[in-house]
Amino acid sequence: MAAAPGGAERYFTRWYKPGTRRARGGRGRGSGGHGFSQLQRNNYISFCRICVITLAEAHPLLQSGKTIKSINYQISANCSRLQNKVSGKSKRGAQFLTELAPLCRISSSDGEEYTIYSCIRGRLIEVNENILSNPAILQEKPSTEGYIAVVLPKFEESKSITQGLLTQKEYEEVLLKRLNSSS
Amino acid sequence: MSSLTEKDRPIVQLLLNTGTCPRCILRFCCVGSQALYRRPYKDLMKDLKEFLKNNQEKEDRVCFDVVDPPCKRIRLEHTEEGPDDLNHNGALQQIPSVNDENTAVENSAVNICSVCLGILQEFCEADFVKKVCQKVNSADYQFTSFVFSVSLPPQLSVRERAAWLLVKQEMGKLGLSLAKDDIVQLKEAYKWIIHPQLSEELGAPADGKVLFEVSVVFAHPETEEECHFLATACPDCFKPAKNKQSVFTRMAVIKALEKIKEEDFLKHFPCPPSSPKNLCVALEIQCNNGAVFVAGRYNKYSRNLPQTPWIIDGERKLESSVEELISEHLMAEFQADSFNFSSSGREDVDVRTLGNGRPFAIELVNPRRIRFTAEEMKGLQQTINNSSDKIQVRDLQLVTREAIGRMKEGEEEKTKTYSALIWTDKAIQKEDIAFLDDIKELKLDQKTPLRVLHRRPLAVRCRIIHTMKSEYIDEHHFRLHLKTQAGTYIKEFVHGDFGRTKPNIGSLLNRTADILELDVESVDVDWPPTL
Repeated sequence: MAAAPGGAERYFTRWYKPGTRRARGGRGRGSGGHGFSQLQRNNYISFCRICVITLAEAHPLLQSGKTIKSINYQISANCSRLQNKVSGKSKRGAQFLTELAPLCRISSSDGEEYTIYSCIRGRLIEVNENILSNPAILQEKPSTEGYIAVVLPKFEESKSITQGLLTQKEYEEVLLKRLNSSS
Repeated sequence: MSSLTEKDRPIVQLLLNTGTCPRCILRFCCVGSQALYRRPYKDLMKDLKEFLKNNQEKEDRVCFDVVDPPCKRIRLEHTEEGPDDLNHNGALQQIPSVNDENTAVENSAVNICSVCLGILQEFCEADFVKKVCQKVNSADYQFTSFVFSVSLPPQLSVRERAAWLLVKQEMGKLGLSLAKDDIVQLKEAYKWIIHPQLSEELGAPADGKVLFEVSVVFAHPETEEECHFLATACPDCFKPAKNKQSVFTRMAVIKALEKIKEEDFLKHFPCPPSSPKNLCVALEIQCNNGAVFVAGRYNKYSRNLPQTPWIIDGERKLESSVEELISEHLMAEFQADSFNFSSSGREDVDVRTLGNGRPFAIELVNPRRIRFTAEEMKGLQQTINNSSDKIQVRDLQLVTREAIGRMKEGEEEKTKTYSALIWTDKAIQKEDIAFLDDIKELKLDQKTPLRVLHRRPLAVRCRIIHTMKSEYIDEHHFRLHLKTQAGTYIKEFVHGDFGRTKPNIGSLLNRTADILELDVESVDVDWPPTL
């Protein structure tokens, strides 16, 4: 039997937000492209809406040689994603995210700092505290156990969420182009 | 009239003068003999007048409403009167006496009781009884006894109050008192009269405890606005209506009547109450049977069948459902209006239920048929099983409402056993999974699975895997049998749900694992009783 793409992620459809390249030179703060996945239960044709934000394969942090020094969910003086508390079915009390809302900042041991953005609008359900205690899984299993956050878009917006995002195929084409243009 | 005594005389006179019917008069005189109320209307009227006549020296005449009756003459031939008494309005006619000089009695004497608005008059007669029984018989219910319930218009409470105040005042003059509770209640008297007639006609006894209910709603549009003065007097008793229904419900009116002061009442409401021109109308005559409950256990053999209908935006996404396949036949047999399906937990669309099956119960609402023998239930079970290979039922039986509690108990407390077909990314050998068999009472922390997180609150559940037994298949597959606490998410235990269920098979084996197939092997609830 061929190895099926297995695990919890097979319930999900991937969507990508490519990052913008910063000018080279100088120690800038790169915002690498990272992707996120949106749950669509392919088996059952129902629309489940939950989104899991993860780092895309091409993110700098996932390239070899990078070691993660720290992960910080305190994104501003007043706001820590760790303090997000939701209650009830409608997830009252959740921090509301816009596309550009930062989820966390990750520092690598070579001095670079990366801000991970939400890329979609919705309520923040939870951030992954496992990566705080074990940053390695962010790099080892970025698409599953190393996820960043879980977001629930508004019901009315759940279908339009994917506008402005790329499918896996489109993302791979973008990467290919970049590779070719830089070589 | 043996139950009436001297002291009742002024009251009888007063009430008769103010257009009160004989039975209401008896009520206000606190007459408790049911048999009296059942006597024919004309006899009662005759006897009351007799009763008064015996003391006629003191009185000039007994005056009825607007008609000039020759009150001193008693009508002798009551036998001529019958259903012809009732004109097309249903208003009882005052047949002029033989010696009546005033022959121009063209107006049908407005003889509708000003207190009961005809309830203890017209609506005690055989015609009405027939009408009710016709409705019951045409509805074709199976029943052995019935409850007859009546909804009276709120104005009756107001008129009753007015009549009581009138009588109280009169009795006060004689140094007597009359407590509200001493008066025979209108509904009670009505049931005394109508129950025997209904029982006779339907061939079944009236019984306050049974579930088959025949209900009649009465209204009196003519006097509907009589209650409205209560809203100004006691505004807080009348809350704004939810639907377009009137604010003046019976309960609200009764509450207001309890609060309002006597003087205020008399200021706003005529005492004695006015004589109505029309009778009440019976708005609805309805039958309703109490729900029956059918329980059993079901097996599910399809990996493509939801438990309840799967409809999104009005579009059905998957054909049929466990619930529909079972209840379709029950609905037809019991001839119910609707059903409510519940079970001891449930499984996903793609999960089979094997073994003894999962306990379920169906509430059949307003069934026409309720009596089924054990044989008939067996036959019903066979019919369901013959109709589909996706599900099968067993132990199908009638149960009580209380018994349902046992089933729901099972959902929280009892264990379940499963069989899962598991895939791993990295190769495994027999030795790699053997240790699973030795793990007992494994504690899991399961966050609400992502696949249900959009409709469930976020929480962490602590659940226990009691035992496991593995069966090696090949380098990437094995079967795992598990016995778990109720409420454990098995799929998430296998693939880990992004690490949100800990520990999980992947973490235990240090691989990525996924679940390819899941079967429920048993639901360990010993209800319903095995047949």
